[in-house]
Amino acid sequence: MSAHDLFTLGNRHFRIGVGVTAAILIVTAITGFIVLPFAQPWVQFANVWDAICSAAGVPQRAANVTAPEQSKRLSEVVLTSRTLSRPSQEAIGRGATLAQRCAICHGPTGISRADSPNLAGQYAAVIYKELHDFRSGARTNAVMSPFAVNLTDPEIADLSNYYAYLPRLPAYHPTPQLPKPNIVIYGAPMRGIAPCGACHGSLDNKTGSPWLEGQSEAYMKAQLQAFASGERRNDISQQMRNIARAMTPQEIEAAAAYYASQPSDVVKAVD
Amino acid sequence: MLANRKLILAHFWLAFAVFGFALTLGAWQMFIRSPIGTWLSNPELYYRSLTAHGTVMGYVFPTLVAMGFGYAISESALEQRLVGVRWAWAGFWLIVAGSIMAMVPIALGRASVLYTFYPPLIGNVFYYLGVVLVVVGSWIWVALMSVNLRVWRKAHPGAPVPLAMFANVAGSYLWAWTAVGAALELLLQIIPVAAGLKNTIDAGLARVFFSWTLHAIVYFWLMPTYIAYYTIVPRAIGGRVYSDSMARISFILFLVVAMPIGMHHTFADPQVGAGFKFVHSAFTALVALPTLLTVFTICASIEIAARLRGGRGMFGWTRALPWDNPMMLALAFSFVMLGFGGAGGLINMSYQLDASIHNTQWITGHFHLIFGGAIVIMYFAIAYDLWPHLTGRELIDIRLIRTQLWLWFIGMIVTTFPWHWVGILGMPRRMAYFDFGDPAIAPQALSVTFSAIGGFILLTSGIMFIVVLARGMRAPLVDAGPYRFAIAVHQPTTVPVALNTHALWVALMIVLTLTNYGYPILTLATTEGTSVPAVYVGAQ
Repeated sequence: MSAHDLFTLGNRHFRIGVGVTAAILIVTAITGFIVLPFAQPWVQFANVWDAICSAAGVPQRAANVTAPEQSKRLSEVVLTSRTLSRPSQEAIGRGATLAQRCAICHGPTGISRADSPNLAGQYAAVIYKELHDFRSGARTNAVMSPFAVNLTDPEIADLSNYYAYLPRLPAYHPTPQLPKPNIVIYGAPMRGIAPCGACHGSLDNKTGSPWLEGQSEAYMKAQLQAFASGERRNDISQQMRNIARAMTPQEIEAAAAYYASQPSDVVKAVD
Repeated sequence: MLANRKLILAHFWLAFAVFGFALTLGAWQMFIRSPIGTWLSNPELYYRSLTAHGTVMGYVFPTLVAMGFGYAISESALEQRLVGVRWAWAGFWLIVAGSIMAMVPIALGRASVLYTFYPPLIGNVFYYLGVVLVVVGSWIWVALMSVNLRVWRKAHPGAPVPLAMFANVAGSYLWAWTAVGAALELLLQIIPVAAGLKNTIDAGLARVFFSWTLHAIVYFWLMPTYIAYYTIVPRAIGGRVYSDSMARISFILFLVVAMPIGMHHTFADPQVGAGFKFVHSAFTALVALPTLLTVFTICASIEIAARLRGGRGMFGWTRALPWDNPMMLALAFSFVMLGFGGAGGLINMSYQLDASIHNTQWITGHFHLIFGGAIVIMYFAIAYDLWPHLTGRELIDIRLIRTQLWLWFIGMIVTTFPWHWVGILGMPRRMAYFDFGDPAIAPQALSVTFSAIGGFILLTSGIMFIVVLARGMRAPLVDAGPYRFAIAVHQPTTVPVALNTHALWVALMIVLTLTNYGYPILTLATTEGTSVPAVYVGAQ
C-alpha cells in the first residue's frame, strides 16, 4: 500500500485513527458544552445554544447590570518613564519664578518646616502628577487645591522641572536614623504588601512613586491613613489604597517614622 | 555510522555547559529563599536568576539535546551521512547567538519576566528576539530531520523506517507545531510592545497562545527520553524491544494528543470558556495512554533481558537484571520519578483537583520531578551511551557514573517531595521571599530546608556528570564500533504505511489544534477592549 492510499477510507488505520479521534472529540464536546453546563443546579440556561455559548466563553455583557457610577474623580495623568526626563534651563528658570508662591509652605529651598512635603530633588514625574491631580480634583486639599486650580499645563511642567532640579538638602529630622522596619524592606507577603522600597526607591523606583526619605512623619502618616480610608484616591489602580488598607496602625507608624528619620541624600539617582 | 561527530559533540557540550550554569542558579535560588539563606533584600536579583534558569532549562538545554541526539540518530539509524551539515551548523550558531542575545538583557536586569514571559510584564526586546533565534535555529533541525528521512526513503522505497528515526522525526514535528503558539505570542503581541510600537497587550490571549506551546513542549523534552527507553535501554542491558508496533503507536499518540491539551494551564483564567477547559482536560487524560503503553512495553522488554540472563519466577527475574549497568539504573530511577510525577500530573489536569494546588509550589515540584528527574536523568544516560562513539574514547569512571545517577535520583526526590508538600499547604510559587518567622508559614520551614539541601545534592551530581564527560574526552582511545539501536523481538520487515509515515498523524494534530484552540483564539483576538497597559521591567 503506497502513501497515496493513506488518506482514503479504504485504509484501516485512517478509518480507525480519524474515527476514534473524532469520536473522542464529539463525546468530550457534548459533555463539556451541553451535559456539564446543565449539570450545574445554580445556573439556568434558556436553551441548549445558550449553554453552548456559555461553555465556549462567548463574551457577554449582562443587560441589566450597569457599571457603578464614579462619584469622585480619578487621576487621568499618564506617566511614562520618559515624562519630563530632559528639562531645558529655561523651563527650570520659569519654574523658579512660579515657585515663589509655593515657598510659604514648601520652603524657599524646597525644604519644608511645616509638615508639607519637601520638594527639593523630588522626581519631576511625581510633582507633575500630583499637581495635575490637584487641578483636576482627583486629589483634594484645602490649602493646595486653590493653588493648583489656576495652573496651566506648561506651568505644571516647569514647576516639576524646577523642583526636580533643586539639590536634595538634608531635611529637618530631629530623630536619629531608625533601623529598617520589616514593612519597609520585606513588606508583608502574606497580606499582599510589597516592600515600600520596591517602588519608593531604596530597592527600586517605579515611575510616579516619590522618594520618601526625610519627609515629614506627620504628613506620611496622614497620607497612609487617607489611602487606607479611601479619602485619598488618586493612586493608579488602587496601588497605595490596597497596601495601606492591609497595613496595621503600628506598621503605618513604623514606616512613617523610619522614612522621616532618613537623610534625603541617600536617595539613589535615577537619571 | 557517526560521520559528523563534531557537530553532535558541539550540541551536547553546549547543552551541558548551559545546563551546569542554570543548575547552579537553581541551587542558589532554592537556598536564598529557604530559611537557611539570608534574605537578599532585592527580589529583582532572584527573578533575574529565575528567568535565566527557566530560559536555559526550558528552551536552550533540552532543544540542544534533542538536536544533537537527533543528528546522531539520523546518521546511525539511517546509516547515511547527514544531509545539510552546513545548515545544521547554521542552526547551532543561531542558537548560540540567540542564547547570548537573550542572556545579556537578563543579566542586566532588563528582562526579569521569567521564561513563560508573563505579559503584561514586558522586558527588553532583545531577550525575546534571542528566544526567537533559538526557536528558528531548532526549526532548521526539524527541516533537516524531515529532509534526511525523505532522502533515505528514496533510497529505500517501502522499507520500514528504523524506530529511532521514526520517533525522532515525530518529536521534531511535534516541536515545530507546538513552538508556533509561543512564536505567535512573541511576534504578534510581545515584540511589538517591547519594541515600543504599542503600549498595550492582550494578556489573556497571550496566555492562551503560550498554553499552546507550554504543554506540548514537555512532550518534546520527553521525546529523547522515550527514544532512549525504546531504542537504547533494551540493547544496553542485553534485551529486545517487546513490540516495535507498540513503540510506533506510542510516538504517534504523543503526536496527536500532546498538542490540544494546553488549556489545563489556564484553568484559573476567566477568558477561557469552561467547555474548552473540559475538552482539554479530557485530552490531557488521554496523554497518559502512550506513557502507560511505554511503561508496559519497556517492562516487558527488560523482562526479556532478565530471562535471557537466567531470571526465573513471577517477579524473581528482576534480580537477574544488570543493576550495575548505568543504563539500567537510569531507567529504573526515571520510571520511579515518572510514576510519582505522572500521578501528580493527573491531579494537575483534573479541573476540580487543580483548584487546590493551582499556582502553588506543588506545580514547581511537579515539573521538576518530571522534567528535571524522569527526563533529564535519561539525557545523562544518552550522553554516557553516546560518548564513546562520539569521542572514540572509553568512559572509564563507571562507579562515578553510578554515584552520579544515584545522587541525581536522591537529590531530585529530596528536592521535589517537600516541594509538593508545601504546595499542598498553600505556599505560592514564584515568590522571591518567605518570612518563615511568620507563625502562619513557620511549620513549612523544615520542608523548604530539605528542598534546598536537595538542590545542592543535584548540583553535586550535575558537577560529577560534567566531570565524567570531560574526563571522557581524555581517556585512552578505543574503538567503540558502530552505534546501534535495540532490535525488536519481531524485527519488522514490512510496516503499514500509517505506522511508517507521519502525514496522517500530523494532520490529526493540526486539526485537533484548530478544534480545541480555534474558537478561543479567534474570539479573544477579535474582542475589543481586552488589552491592558504593558508593565515594563526596570522602567524608572
